[in-house]
Amino acid sequence: MAPGSRVSGARTSRTIESGRIALVACGALAQSSAEIAERRGWPLDVHPLPPLLHNQPQKIAGEVRALAESLLPAYGKVVVGYADCGTYGALDQVCADLGLGRLPGLHCYDVFGGASRLQTFFEEQPGTYVFTDFLVRSFARTVERELGLDRWPELREDYFGSYTRVVWLAQEPDDELRALAEAAAERLGLPLTVVPTGTTGLEHALADLVG
Amino acid sequence: MTPEEILQGLYDETLVGNAPRVLELTNEGLVLNMEPQTLLFDALIPSLEEVGARFERGDFFVPEMLIAGRAMSGAMEVLRPLLAETGVQTIGKFLMGTVKGDVHDIGKNLVNIMLEGAGFEVIDLGVQVAPEKFVAAIEEHQPDIVGFSAFLTTTMPMFKANMNALEKAGIRNSVIVMVGGAPVTQEYADAVGADGYAADASQTVKRAKSLLQERRAKVPA
Ligand code: B12
Repeated sequence: MAPGSRVSGARTSRTIESGRIALVACGALAQSSAEIAERRGWPLDVHPLPPLLHNQPQKIAGEVRALAESLLPAYGKVVVGYADCGTYGALDQVCADLGLGRLPGLHCYDVFGGASRLQTFFEEQPGTYVFTDFLVRSFARTVERELGLDRWPELREDYFGSYTRVVWLAQEPDDELRALAEAAAERLGLPLTVVPTGTTGLEHALADLVG
Repeated sequence: MTPEEILQGLYDETLVGNAPRVLELTNEGLVLNMEPQTLLFDALIPSLEEVGARFERGDFFVPEMLIAGRAMSGAMEVLRPLLAETGVQTIGKFLMGTVKGDVHDIGKNLVNIMLEGAGFEVIDLGVQVAPEKFVAAIEEHQPDIVGFSAFLTTTMPMFKANMNALEKAGIRNSVIVMVGGAPVTQEYADAVGADGYAADASQTVKRAKSLLQERRAKVPA
């Protein structure tokens, strides 16, 4: 039987014996990570943390530490499905303390699109705002509501007044997602550039962690 | 309305970011012959300080801060010329900008509002300000303090680039340098050789004032 992946797997003594691995992941990466693991047949259990932690990045390292510590006794191996993600080194400290690996780069945009390509986008146009499939799908909640644009549309100017474009790192674009991305960019009043990335960036990064 | 009610109203309505009401109350206060300084120091600034405190505690998030800031800015539009007229001396000139490559500016804008409220003349260079531009603006405006704001791991090194540009132009010692922004720490500020750092808007005001005092005590007029 193939060791399928699952989100929030049970923590039993069986997990150690069977060599299962726990991925403490940002909620924005959980689904894709589980799908990739399933396809690759990795014995990976994904334990997601709320994606909205990104707006309070000072909390990320503590949350990851707590979850990882609670999982370590039950798993042979725990890995971290976060990049630096605005923790400015605090997450690296947690990883060093507990001996865990994490995704490379500054944020998940680096993982999906490659750090040097992202760097180029920002150099070309510093006012670049990046979408991932997750952000496109959850735009109303993670962007509009979190930034208060639903309650105070006039804040658009305060947030995005200096922005010139949206770059969508399209992992698995289909017609529905494409329409959502266009609508979201339009609500921000910005032109949309679609950059198909696939999910290989995440897949390779996870393979390095799991392998 | 009594002056007390005006002040209480200004405080409460700024706290919830009710810009139209804050503007009305400001005008009503002036009709009642209240001093612009009173409206500012006894209502608007304390309210925005409370907003900052709530943000620190996690009770407020960015949008709540922004709408409160907007409400206070609206009142400042009315009060600014009056404060200038009453001959209140500005306590110093503060040149501010977000570094090159970075367009985060919410924190910077809030700092500006508080600095202005505290009596600084603020010149805002906006976002993505290149080192050459900082240098040119310092030469043009001769500020007491220059502030660099940065938010991204990739743009924090611009602090150092700015410092180098100031050195090269021979103006490093003629201006106090302050740095800030979400990822910035006192250690980082020290490492790039800045004179001061502050974690939020009201601390920026305090730190700016004390740095100015130190500098003025050193340099005999
Ligand atoms: C709001 C926000 C945005 C807004 C910015 C709107 C704007 N016009 O500024 C939007 C949504 C547009 C945005 C965009 C992006 N953001 Co953003 N953003 C934030 C967020 C949630 C809050 C920042 C903020 O405004 N805080 C509120 C203010 C009041 O606080 P403050 O900034 O700390 O400012 C205070 C102090 O620092 C100080 N201060 C500030 N400046 C100065 C200057 C001086 C001289 C002094 C003394 C003091 C001082 O006083 C201020 C007032 O109290 C942070 C996460 C966080 N909580 O920090 C991420 C964050 C900064 N963003 C991040 C990222 C990655 C991005 C994007 C790349 C995301 C994307 N999808 O494209 C883009 C960047 C694009 C670009 N080209 O720059 C990351 C940075 C990570 C990193 N390693 O670099 C963070 C940390 C989020 C995360 N966890 O990943 N963002």
